[in-house]
Amino acid sequence: MTPRKLEIIAEPGKTSFTTRRIVDAPRELVFQAFTKCEHLKRWMGPRSLTMVSCETDLRPGGRYRFVFRSPDGNEVGFSGEFREIVRPERIVRTFVYEPIPDAAALETLELEETDGRTTIRTTTVHKTVENRDGHVGSGLEGGMSDGYARLDELLAGLLQAR
Amino acid sequence: MDNELDATFGALADPTRRAILARLCRSDAAVLELAEPFDMSQPAISKHLKVLERAGLIARGRDAQRRPCRLEPRRLKQAADWLGTYRQFWEASYARLDGYLLELQAKEKTHDAKKTRNHRRAR
Repeated sequence: MTPRKLEIIAEPGKTSFTTRRIVDAPRELVFQAFTKCEHLKRWMGPRSLTMVSCETDLRPGGRYRFVFRSPDGNEVGFSGEFREIVRPERIVRTFVYEPIPDAAALETLELEETDGRTTIRTTTVHKTVENRDGHVGSGLEGGMSDGYARLDELLAGLLQAR
Repeated sequence: MDNELDATFGALADPTRRAILARLCRSDAAVLELAEPFDMSQPAISKHLKVLERAGLIARGRDAQRRPCRLEPRRLKQAADWLGTYRQFWEASYARLDGYLLELQAKEKTHDAKKTRNHRRAR
């Protein structure tokens, strides 16, 4: 089976970007896979990276931290704080890529089940954009709803057209 | 992701701004030309241009009258590269997740079947 495509899209008013992916499992199970270290260690990250440390304190205000080790021995951490948890459909958490601690983001994970399949949707909002573009967006983007763009395809297209 | 990329993705999240970028792929253009296809006032288009300029996606000429806009491919490339890395990480993760979820569901089934058998035996 070829893996399903990961959609990376930009939607009006939803800075910065959204991803969508469908998996063949009920969302209760997917929720577990996204929240328990015993599961996360088995799938998160490409095979070349090893998750050497995993902590999750799944409650509002609780913290999480993942550390990955690359084949050359470098370690990199991702961490943040849970803000909202609605089992088994929604998690809102802050996200920091530790090498760049200033660029914190707010991530929303939403799981939607249809016919035993789950659509995994993530929305990543960078705080700086939220602050900076909030007022711009409110006035300009009202009434504009002609859909989302596949971000990476869009960028590739724009670069090619040059 | 650093602040430059934040601004880039924020700017791309709007269909008018994407259309403006697509138009600028063909050639440089002034505000009036860019406003033409849209049912929008020139000040509204100018606001979009400001967002694009702040995000480093376009640059504007010095000619005070026309201030022609042109695409800045460096920032586009930076954003495309970042997204490429992001996609690689998550595509690989999801491909593993597919397999892992199958494994978990198979285990659940075996477990359920055992439970049913034991239950029947107990009766």
